[in-house]
Amino acid sequence: MVAEKIANANKEALQRILNARPVLVRAGKAGDEIPGMTRKTILHSGPPVSWERMSGPQKGAVIGGLIYERLASNEEEARALAASGEIIFDSCHHHNTVGPMAGIVTYSMPVWVVENKTYGNFAYCTFNEGLGKVLRMGAFSDDVIKRLDWMENTLGPLIKEALEIKGEIDLKAMIAQVLQMGDEGHNRNRAGTSLLIRELAPAIIRTKFSDEEKVEVLNFLNGNDHTFLNLSMPACKCTMDPAGGIKYSTLVYIMSRNGTDFGIKVSGLGDRWFTAPAEIVKGLYFPGFTEEDANPDIGDSCITETAGIGGFAMACAIPIVQFVGGEARDAIDYSRQMYEITEGENNVYKIPVLGFRGTATGIDIQKVIETGIRPIINTGIAHKKPGVGQVGAGLVRPPMKCFEDALEAFVEELEAEGELSEEINNY
Amino acid sequence: MLAKVNELFNKELKVINMGLEYFYNDLKEQKVKVIHVDWKPAAGGDKKLSSLLSRLK
Repeated sequence: MVAEKIANANKEALQRILNARPVLVRAGKAGDEIPGMTRKTILHSGPPVSWERMSGPQKGAVIGGLIYERLASNEEEARALAASGEIIFDSCHHHNTVGPMAGIVTYSMPVWVVENKTYGNFAYCTFNEGLGKVLRMGAFSDDVIKRLDWMENTLGPLIKEALEIKGEIDLKAMIAQVLQMGDEGHNRNRAGTSLLIRELAPAIIRTKFSDEEKVEVLNFLNGNDHTFLNLSMPACKCTMDPAGGIKYSTLVYIMSRNGTDFGIKVSGLGDRWFTAPAEIVKGLYFPGFTEEDANPDIGDSCITETAGIGGFAMACAIPIVQFVGGEARDAIDYSRQMYEITEGENNVYKIPVLGFRGTATGIDIQKVIETGIRPIINTGIAHKKPGVGQVGAGLVRPPMKCFEDALEAFVEELEAEGELSEEINNY
Repeated sequence: MLAKVNELFNKELKVINMGLEYFYNDLKEQKVKVIHVDWKPAAGGDKKLSSLLSRLK
């Protein structure tokens, strides 16, 4: 019976998610660490997209990336180079990488390297630049490039050395802890950032860098509550990758957006993307901005929701409604609603306010279609024009079409293999 | 049959309402004991999607 095969495959996929043990193993340079990187490769968030179809903030971040890599000296040159066909654009996910918002990763950027110790697979993510006018939000002014240079020349090497002194950091244990401290691992990372600094600070002090540089690095990490986002994301990425490619499984192992399209991948359907136009985020805007300024949903950061934290753990982070909109009750309701569409509950990530119930884990496309409930994602909002940056934060759901198309493909594939009976039971 | 219905309505009603919340609110206003079940047809009643789902059952 196909239903039994699907049930067993979904159990296996969930088990792989629960078995995962993401550990921060080192820091390095994108060009040295990420498989398939070249000096002219630019990785971006979301499903694959051409330069022509890229959203404003993603184009802005590409322009900034090319200027930062000294492949172009100004916006005009960068645009011409991006359109020339000389640059290899590819999805971060095709390189075991995740990038928040525009998700631009270039050769010289420093990256965190996270290993799933259970299955031996790796995931990579750049360092977080802070809020506001930053590359990942599509900004590329001189101060943005200057900050990226400092991250490459000081922050990255210093953290690399600090981690060599400190040794590996268990991110699964840390994420479990931050959920008890008011974070949800996507838009609220204050506790995670604090815990990370507690782990790293003694090693930072022992590096060979100058006192001035050490203070600068500690202040930078401390001054940005989203420092930990760029660790929760690769932790979730290397948690989810082994759940892909399981024959008969209807669980989602990637959700991602590039500001133009939203894409998902389903375990039993291998590497195929199912995409639909990304939606506008409903949320709260910074002073002077409105929904008119917003770019559609963007970034790989919803890998956190895919793994069962972020919006799925909003009940852990009730104050987040002041950042993304809504009332305290909504945060609890969102987390509770997600149990309707998931295979199971997390064995380590727990929600105190729900009696320490494990977070809803393992999105099942069958359940999404059956209930009409789409996954909840809390996220940042970038300005639709290149060069502006972040304008707010809010809540969004993936387009239902991604799940509908995936279900149709799933049935078609099993049908072609002779796995399904001819009888169609409408109910 | 009609007698049975009349018999039912002569007793105190305890109602489980499924689907449209409007009926639940209406009964509640009339002080009838009622609980609401948030129910929707599978796939929102979409025939094609329901049929796809049923092929996997």
